[in-house]
Amino acid sequence: MSLSRRINAPGLATFAVLLFLWEVSARLNPVMGAYLPPASRIVQSLFQLAFSRELFTHLIVTLGRFLAGYLLAAMIAVALGIVLGYFRRAYNLCEIVIELLRPMPSVAIIPVAILMLGIGNATIVAVTVYACAWPILINTIDGVRNIDRMLLDTGRTFGLGRWRILRAIALPAALPYIVTGLRVSLSIALILVTTGEMVVGSSGLGFFILDEERSLRTGNMYAGIALVSFLGYALNRLFVWLDATAMKWHRGMTAREAL
Amino acid sequence: MAILEVEALSKSYRQAGGESTPAIQEISFQVDQGEFVSLVGPSGCGKTTLLMCMAGLLAPSGGRVVVKGEQVAGPPRNLVLVFQEYNRSLFAWRTVLGNVLFGLEAKGNSSRDTEKKAKHLLGLVGLEGFERHYPWELSGGMQQRVAIARALAYEPEVLLMDEPFGSVDAMTRLELEDSLLKLWKELCTTILFVTHDIEEAIYLSDRIQVLGRRPSRVIGDVVVPLSRPRDQLATRADGRFMELRNEIYRQISGDGVS
Repeated sequence: MSLSRRINAPGLATFAVLLFLWEVSARLNPVMGAYLPPASRIVQSLFQLAFSRELFTHLIVTLGRFLAGYLLAAMIAVALGIVLGYFRRAYNLCEIVIELLRPMPSVAIIPVAILMLGIGNATIVAVTVYACAWPILINTIDGVRNIDRMLLDTGRTFGLGRWRILRAIALPAALPYIVTGLRVSLSIALILVTTGEMVVGSSGLGFFILDEERSLRTGNMYAGIALVSFLGYALNRLFVWLDATAMKWHRGMTAREAL
Repeated sequence: MAILEVEALSKSYRQAGGESTPAIQEISFQVDQGEFVSLVGPSGCGKTTLLMCMAGLLAPSGGRVVVKGEQVAGPPRNLVLVFQEYNRSLFAWRTVLGNVLFGLEAKGNSSRDTEKKAKHLLGLVGLEGFERHYPWELSGGMQQRVAIARALAYEPEVLLMDEPFGSVDAMTRLELEDSLLKLWKELCTTILFVTHDIEEAIYLSDRIQVLGRRPSRVIGDVVVPLSRPRDQLATRADGRFMELRNEIYRQISGDGVS
């Protein structure tokens, strides 16, 4: 792939024009500048905060909560999804509960978590786990249901028991679906961690953003927002890279089938 | 000695209306250790149903299958079924080598020389140098070779094959037939081969079970008197080959008309 195709020049130009308009209008209009400081000021705030290590600490805290919630949700939802997708009876047992809980906006569970777990880390992580688990669970169930019967029969004729079939065949065969669920949950995790920190946190980027806003340090607030956006971007890029590496077989196969 | 016995095997499927229609009815035959036996019959005569019952993947409605003196209740340990649709049965997420290794892992063979063994098997089926490829990168004939190597890695005493060469082109088919005969001779396995191609059955087998129309039963047990090793040109030009073909054809087409 050539460099000119990877760099989206018109897109960058749009971004540059918007930055310029923002900078100029914020400088020319002091009233607006109070709410939306010039972009250069925000960059300046970011640098100052980076050297003070304050923002860095909040970033690490947020990242830790994100990883704990996301990975825990992934483990629980994938394992549960495979079992529910494979065993019809297990799914029937849970179907109504799943259908009732799934449409509920996950943030609605925050007060429940506060009641049960108090104000702090546990609540933020628990709410993240809860919210992230749904897309992964639903996609995993779908993925296992869509596995070709013949693949499972292949496992059986090779003498594999049910649990070995689940691990050696159902899990990898459902992986393209599972990855889709994991990708959706990635952004959900960051939303829930940030929201949780705003509501019950005393640290983390969500807390920092809200705290700076209340202290009328608008520049710092925007610096926090910029950082959390960048975190989302970076995590997504990392996911895409991992996906491309681990799922090379699937990409190659679907590209071949599309021919 | 018979390694595989099918006794009065029947299988009926329940229809939407509640009544059941028989797919196979009272099928009985035996296969001796080391024998190459084919089942031929018209399309849709229930051959796949029969194989699924024999492989323990489908519970029969009546009768039984005995492998090495033991009645089949689930998939037997010493038997593997090779499906016709290799593209659906191969593991797309595993490389060619990984697929063959699966056969060894399933057998519980986890010694350090498994990779050497898998490579040896891939050499036997003519896929040297394709270890790192994925199945979908190979042609149909090569994919079926991978499936066969994977089955052989499990070291089954009985290999059931469900029209394994049914979806490859004619030239590839002849090559695969010869490869299979070579492997059968080398590994001394027992093979039960299902096909609707009468000539293929004669070319490969020691003995042929002829199945009639649905609900199918065995309508003929034909011994193939042709010498081995067989040759695609000489064997097929043999007068007895023609006679057998005509005889089996008459049996199948005459069935149901009378």
